[in-house]
Amino acid sequence: MIAGRPILQPQWVLDNLDEIGRRLGEHVLMTVLAVTIGLVVSFGLALLIRAWPRLYGPVIGISGVIYSIPSLALFALLIPITGITLLTAEIALVGYTLLILVRNIITGLDGVPPEVIDAARGMGYSVSERLWRVELPIALPVIVAGIRGATVTTIGLVTVTSLIGMGGLGYLIVNTGIRRFFATSILTGVVLSVALAVVADLALLAVQHRLTPWARARAT
Amino acid sequence: MEFLGAVFAWFTDPASWSGRNTIPLRLWEQVSLSAVSLALAVAIALPLGLYIGHTDRGSRLVVAIANIGRAVPSLGWLGIALPITLVLFQRGGLGFLPACIALVALGIPPIVTNTYAGLREVSRDLLDAGRGMGMAELQLLRRVEVPIALPVIMAGVRSSAVTIVATATLAAVVGGGTLGDFILQGLFVNDQPRIFGAAVLVALLALATEMVFGYLQRRVVSPGLGTG
Repeated sequence: MIAGRPILQPQWVLDNLDEIGRRLGEHVLMTVLAVTIGLVVSFGLALLIRAWPRLYGPVIGISGVIYSIPSLALFALLIPITGITLLTAEIALVGYTLLILVRNIITGLDGVPPEVIDAARGMGYSVSERLWRVELPIALPVIVAGIRGATVTTIGLVTVTSLIGMGGLGYLIVNTGIRRFFATSILTGVVLSVALAVVADLALLAVQHRLTPWARARAT
Repeated sequence: MEFLGAVFAWFTDPASWSGRNTIPLRLWEQVSLSAVSLALAVAIALPLGLYIGHTDRGSRLVVAIANIGRAVPSLGWLGIALPITLVLFQRGGLGFLPACIALVALGIPPIVTNTYAGLREVSRDLLDAGRGMGMAELQLLRRVEVPIALPVIMAGVRSSAVTIVATATLAAVVGGGTLGDFILQGLFVNDQPRIFGAAVLVALLALATEMVFGYLQRRVVSPGLGTG
């Protein structure tokens, strides 16, 4: 965006495909790491809530407070403890997934019809068999909806980690983009992160489709 | 403990309160940038949402565009705002203008989609009754649809306000100042008390915004509706 130069320079993209690919890879890795750990933590929290339903309010309340702290501020609050590191970025990213994931796991499990649980009990399923083989499969669409929301949110938030020295597509937006007044790099980063969000969303939808064959059978 | 002392020292340092880089100035930058952006977002999104909600014309297109807009990361909007500012206003620099453009763009989708959804939820029977009473379309909108849809519309405004205030922190990247500027300065010179102190202020501001707009949202339930 310097006078006399064209705003967009497609040649730059072609010349820097390696760098762009590397940043895209980092972005995917940071997102997958955050959503996977977030899912494990949320699942643990959901099991605790099922054992002690009174925990629901506090867990959702605290996750809600974390969720409403702006990303740069949450990174900044962690820096005195974990420094300017990938760990800081990932702790914050995981924190942001909790609200959506815990809420959807609980909603999904609560939506299992009581007669189905009775039937499973009558068939002699143990508590954990019931959870894994009856309740979770029925709750899966709601849980996957949560994972989709968490993934799309995380893909957006990963860009902000470029401000604390991490990479991802945010590096293209900030470091080689905004800080050098270079629109081509900015747009490359933005377009790729939107595309990544769309692809991830569709991929998760496809996974849900494959994991719930009975829903397909009912639809046709 | 030593660290918290250093944070406290930053809060009480006279340099944090007078001069060009003060806490009140940065706070004011964040609040005013957010307020102006929210006002503009409402001014654009509300009429648009009311129009497509009342007539259902062009609604698919508008809602689809709004959903794509939502997939753009907030930092992405700040980046895109730079070339947009250059093309629209022939100004290439950093500052309030690109920050404001980005925040308005971020603030529009939640208000449009909620206004549209709120209006579409109004029962067709009520609209027919209104028409039967001889109400004109605008009267219908003002006296039937909007009062019923207001809590949903306000939920959109709240979500927009929270996003705008949060992203205003990032506006420091394009020279918008705000409390986020302290965080970037602190990262640049490795001044952790400044980073942490500013982050606490940002978090409090975000939570306060959430609470104020949550309160407003509950207040606007029309007396004819509600649970009572």
